[in-house]
Amino acid sequence: MELVFKRPECLIDVPFHFCPGCHHGIVHRLVAEAIDHFKIREKTIGVASVGCSVFMYDYFDIDVVEAPHGRASAVASGVKRARKDLIVFTIQGDGDLGAIGIAEGIHTANRGENITLIFANNGIYGMTGGQMAPTTLLGQKTTTSPYGRDFSYDGYPIRMAEMMATLEGSAFVARVAVNNPSNLMKAKRAIRKAFQMQIEGIGFSMVEVLMSCPTNWGLSSLEANRRVEEEMIPYFPLGILKERKMADYL
Amino acid sequence: MDQDVEKILVRGNEAVAMGAIDAGCRLFFGYPITPQNEIPEYLSKHLPPLGGEFIQAESEIASINLLLGASATGTRAMSSSSSPGISLMQEGLSYMAGSELPVVIVNISRSGPGLGGISASQGDYFQATRGGGHGDYRMIVLAPSTVQEMYDLTFLAFDLADKYRNPAMILGDALIGQMKEPLIRKKPAKMDLPPKDWALTGAKGRKPNRIKSLYLQEGELTEHNWKLYQKYERMKREEVRFEMVNTEDANFILVAFGSMARVSKTAMELAREEGMRVGLFRPITLFPYPEKTLLDLSKKVKKFLTVELNTGQMVEDVKLSVDRDAEVFFYGKPPGALPPPEEILEEIKKYYR
Repeated sequence: MELVFKRPECLIDVPFHFCPGCHHGIVHRLVAEAIDHFKIREKTIGVASVGCSVFMYDYFDIDVVEAPHGRASAVASGVKRARKDLIVFTIQGDGDLGAIGIAEGIHTANRGENITLIFANNGIYGMTGGQMAPTTLLGQKTTTSPYGRDFSYDGYPIRMAEMMATLEGSAFVARVAVNNPSNLMKAKRAIRKAFQMQIEGIGFSMVEVLMSCPTNWGLSSLEANRRVEEEMIPYFPLGILKERKMADYL
Repeated sequence: MDQDVEKILVRGNEAVAMGAIDAGCRLFFGYPITPQNEIPEYLSKHLPPLGGEFIQAESEIASINLLLGASATGTRAMSSSSSPGISLMQEGLSYMAGSELPVVIVNISRSGPGLGGISASQGDYFQATRGGGHGDYRMIVLAPSTVQEMYDLTFLAFDLADKYRNPAMILGDALIGQMKEPLIRKKPAKMDLPPKDWALTGAKGRKPNRIKSLYLQEGELTEHNWKLYQKYERMKREEVRFEMVNTEDANFILVAFGSMARVSKTAMELAREEGMRVGLFRPITLFPYPEKTLLDLSKKVKKFLTVELNTGQMVEDVKLSVDRDAEVFFYGKPPGALPPPEEILEEIKKYYR
């Protein structure tokens, strides 16, 4: 029989600690598949951010450095500036990139740092137990927005991909979801493309992935997948927002 | 003196930049702040021709985290800043101490608290020597008092940071950073350093390396903290540096570091001219502090006058170091003008008897 699916080689054979239905495991696999595809395991450095993504080093069979909360893209830039021959990526959550580390994220993109940023947007603080995130939707209840997010009180959910795409320094920006097989295949292509941009030296690449957090949303896995479709995608539209063909386009 | 080593007249800040280049540092990440701007300005010009890179980051928070990433690859990198900027770096320094990453940070300190001013001050002594960020850690802290030492100690700081896999800080001030003095730009002997087999270079032909400070398994963090503690104890045994002047026959000792040691030295000379047997003890390493040497000194000298450009910080270390029956006096000047030597001479006379 033909083998159609297997564990990527750069993923260590251990169970993920992620909650049932969480999309983090899928995103880890898609990143691992991209690393395998380009055969870059031995020269890829992962940057672990603070949040549920911090345990990256328990799953990826690659060198990993852990960044302080919000600083993952700065740390990744430091790795890349020191060793341009290495491939550097980070998976940052919405609190990490959209709140505490928004300055580092924007300036990393604006300098056109040749790294790959996977932005895990589930609209909530997962690891700390379900507090409001910068991408929490209006009306969404969290442990720190118990009456629902109110724009006059908490401001609006930030569209990071759109913001990053406006910067001249960013080369590739896409938003994807992994809530159904069709979206998942597009996500796989976008993540692969993001790594390809880095390998070809075209510049900063970012893929925002809309993710579920069934535990902190208080939903079942299936309900959470539906919520991504019905509530998140309308506010955070999917697609490739930007794709440069060369590094110095100006 | 070697024929090919020239004597040049440079600013303290430029001497720091030269020391970094000669130590093999090729990456600098920083953010402008007075009174240290000559360091990034010099390196932004001189690093690129050497194949290095200079990034003017968006903040000191970004600078220290760019450093964290660069250091994780085993590359020598540094940043310089001044007090408020150093405060912003404390988070990253704590992470780097916890992750055991070497780095050199230069603090050409200014006066505080808050925005303070740009005059010379030694108000950052506590922040530098007590860790500064969160958690139970220490940094190696070197306090130059001449332009030559700005060069020599910067060079040394890179070796010490690598030797211990720990952040090392140069604690200077506006006076030493801005003034010009002759410098002999000659590389000191380099230390024999352990290989950086911990560095992230891509997991080729070996198990992946991990650089982290999160330890959640039972007992792990306790063990990690004890390991760090042992490292700091080793620094205390092997890295203490100081200067002693006229202490052999002294019955009264001035204790001062950095720019205040220069003023104190003149005050000591004035006191000697008046027949008082005054000596000077100048710690060069503020951590590890020369506590053992001070204790030994206090077995025969019973009077110490600590002079600082603050309202009393290092004096606590002097008190902790000396013998129980030794008296420790303090003369402090908050930020503003440096005291003239005559002012310190008056203080000496008060207690000399």
